[in-house]
Amino acid sequence: MEEIFDTIILGGGPAGLSAGIYASRGRMSTLILNEGTVGGQMVLTHEIANYPGVEAINGFALANIMKKQARTFGCTIKGNLRITGYDLQGDVKTIEVNGKDIYKGRSVILAPGGTPRTLDIPGEDKFKGRGISYCATCDGDFFTDKKVIVVGGGNSALEEAVSLTKYASEVTIVHQFDHFQAFEHAVNEAKANPKIRFIMESELREFSGDEKLRAVKIEYLPTGEITEMEVDGVFIFVGYKPNTEPLKDHIALNEWGEIVVDPQMRTNVEGVYAAGDCVVKRYRQVTIAVADGTIAALSAMEYVNSTKQLEQEAGQV
Amino acid sequence: MLQTNLKHIESADEHKKFIEENENVMICCGRMGPMCVPVYGIMEELEDEYTHVKFADMEFDNPDAHVIRNAPECAGFMGLPFTVYYKNGKIVKATSSIQSMEEVRAILDEHFKQ
Repeated sequence: MEEIFDTIILGGGPAGLSAGIYASRGRMSTLILNEGTVGGQMVLTHEIANYPGVEAINGFALANIMKKQARTFGCTIKGNLRITGYDLQGDVKTIEVNGKDIYKGRSVILAPGGTPRTLDIPGEDKFKGRGISYCATCDGDFFTDKKVIVVGGGNSALEEAVSLTKYASEVTIVHQFDHFQAFEHAVNEAKANPKIRFIMESELREFSGDEKLRAVKIEYLPTGEITEMEVDGVFIFVGYKPNTEPLKDHIALNEWGEIVVDPQMRTNVEGVYAAGDCVVKRYRQVTIAVADGTIAALSAMEYVNSTKQLEQEAGQV
Repeated sequence: MLQTNLKHIESADEHKKFIEENENVMICCGRMGPMCVPVYGIMEELEDEYTHVKFADMEFDNPDAHVIRNAPECAGFMGLPFTVYYKNGKIVKATSSIQSMEEVRAILDEHFKQ
């Protein structure tokens, strides 16, 4: 007989792993399906210093502990696969993986997380790793004594711009608005740094070069004027988008693509829950994702237990 | 040493031996950073499937990693990790920065056909 899991969790970041820990410890047969590296964006964090109960730990290590905990309780985890189909309606939900494998569950917890936004302009793919970077900590030293641009106006962009001044001869922040979204202290620190200059109300339009990135085209938005600037590197920090595009025909999303949930993390589809960075919220932190995952697992457990009880009662009649 | 479950290459001699003794080799040379960790994860996932390929990592800041950092195929690379594919000891492909599962699979399938 084919296996029907009590819950299938889509996503293996802190929300999905926490849901996996709670669900499997609650004796639910639990499967986590994850499209990327298990651990989500948490594994990309060099140090997590504000996770209660843990003084300081790198994200990769914390993710490994969560993964081990979930497995200890009997949770099955499958990573780096491709989810190719969803049927979330009805009592038994089905998830298609890699275009061929079908997994069935009585409930589903959606925890697909988010992905760094790219600019999606000509040349971005070609010069990735050859001048375009998404991580100043990783690649900053390749740009020693070189001219770089940082794109973005949030905390990450401004903090990384300041960090890049340790290496680069000149850092230019290009931002689409006339003001920054970053906290005031981050803005002040960047403005006080003599190596940083600002191009406001502007967006990049094209990357060009040969074997390496050599120049970018920048549009000044109020007039549409385009200028070319010679540059050695561009660091892109333009925020994250929820990984919910494939879910848009299956579940209610808001205008930003975030999943709409109630305080019990229930979506608009019965038996389907959501947790983590993919849901509507103001703050995105590991602790909040963990809490979301916990609530989603407990809600799913209650739902599955009540449906099983109803089935038993119906069978006894 | 990198905190992965891959084989770690720790010296130039070990690197030479590894690529000479194995027909198909993929080595990811990086740090424990946001662009590198996903590639290690992909390699760990693929190890069981691509049994005819040997997977390993090498710490970018290890002085002996010059065997990868200074390879002509990596000239112009400005993003970690440097991922290098060897066939019979020779580099057949090298990539810079993060790669997706699909991108890694495409390279393995093209260069390391069974």
